[in-house]
Amino acid sequence: MSYVPDNLKYTESHEWIETLSNGNIRVGISEHAQSALGDIVFVEVPELDSYASGDECAVVESVKTASDIYTPVTGTIVAVNDALEDTPELINESPYDDGWIFEMEVDNDDELADLKTAEEYRNSIEDEA
Amino acid sequence: MKTTCLHQAHIDAGAKMVDFGGWDMPINYGSQIEEHHAVRKDKGMFDVSHMTVVDLVGQDSEKFLLHILANDVRKLKDSKALYSTMLNENGGIIDDLIVYKRANNNYRIVVNAGTREKDLAWFEKQISNFDAQITEQPNLAMIAVQGPNAIAACLTILPKEISAQLSELSKFSAIDADDFYIGRTGYTGEDGVEILVEEKNAIELWNQLLQAGVVPCGLGSRDTLRLESGMHLYGQDMNEDISPLECGLAWTVRKVDVNFVGSQALMALRENGVKRKMTGVVLTERGILRHDQELVDDKKMTGVVTSGSFSPTLDVAIGMAIVDKDMTDNVKVQIRKKQLPVKLIKLPFVRNGQSNI
Repeated sequence: MSYVPDNLKYTESHEWIETLSNGNIRVGISEHAQSALGDIVFVEVPELDSYASGDECAVVESVKTASDIYTPVTGTIVAVNDALEDTPELINESPYDDGWIFEMEVDNDDELADLKTAEEYRNSIEDEA
Repeated sequence: MKTTCLHQAHIDAGAKMVDFGGWDMPINYGSQIEEHHAVRKDKGMFDVSHMTVVDLVGQDSEKFLLHILANDVRKLKDSKALYSTMLNENGGIIDDLIVYKRANNNYRIVVNAGTREKDLAWFEKQISNFDAQITEQPNLAMIAVQGPNAIAACLTILPKEISAQLSELSKFSAIDADDFYIGRTGYTGEDGVEILVEEKNAIELWNQLLQAGVVPCGLGSRDTLRLESGMHLYGQDMNEDISPLECGLAWTVRKVDVNFVGSQALMALRENGVKRKMTGVVLTERGILRHDQELVDDKKMTGVVTSGSFSPTLDVAIGMAIVDKDMTDNVKVQIRKKQLPVKLIKLPFVRNGQSNI
């Protein structure tokens, strides 16, 4: 069973969401997702722009396959993790910390309440297996 | 799902298993990239027991192979191996395979796992006019041991008399012993062997190889290794709508006594002019090349990436592509919403550990 930190929220499509002290969110992919992808060799980080919830905004590519990353809520992407350009393997090595992908200003905080809790996400990946 | 006799050994070694054409096979044992480097720099092994092995005997066996294969089995001395395509009447590729000559009118053929049913049906349909019998050998397991130090590791664990033969074995030749059938062949661009053994002896062999320091490698690294060495994958780089003349396999098609299934279609294609060719492509910017991405040049010549991935040896995205014969050097690939420049290069990208680009 892969690690699912209790303090984060999650999506069906395996993104994690951390609420930062300034109210913005930080987004990455779960340990379960990086493990399924295998060695990650390229990340196309998002453009700094506004997005609707569920938009394809980034792509994470492993040797094996390409996987789309979706915005978990509606808002504006205000920062991306530039370190991924040269070291995409940070997502494998540190999916919840150094391997974060982007930060977003949230239009409507109510949308965050609809995301999965750690327990709900754990159950969903168990059902998948 | 189907499993090989080494299935439990893979799970014990921590493999991530995936559905590989109906077979539950290891994709990696942790890191596909590390497994790739193990084969390029040292030694690794792959369970390829899912592949289909058939034996062909009977006085018309050679005639039968001359009928169904585009290559020329008459080139083969005893214990030698030959790579060939098998074509349909339109010159399209039904499968690619390795045929070993064991003795006169006695052959062993290894075909792809994913094409097993159609290949066996094709053999059966074509063999009826020949005095020859073809028999599948489902009880044989197959372990490919590959890398610059692969044969040295095998020498330490195989019985003395087999080791003595292996140390003398030339490339594309086989040792035909009671318990082992060992070809100095492979699908990685490195030196090594492919060992056929009875299933009941396979686990012992696997464990001995593990103890000799041979790294278990999944089918993920097998794919990047074969791609770097410019070797075709059936279903991607060739299929029933592509002839060997259009995908870089003209060298496997015989030019004399050309009376084989598909030969007339190839002749017509040659007369009309072959319009497509296989090339290597390298992405010069960040990104990854993938199967089915489209290529276009400054003269509107087009092509398609047939296999693409990240090259662990070269640290860049590479691919094989089928393109218009006269494609220029100014080519772009469409990756999602972007057009990025690629360089066309002659295959292979890597051979025997050395980069060609």
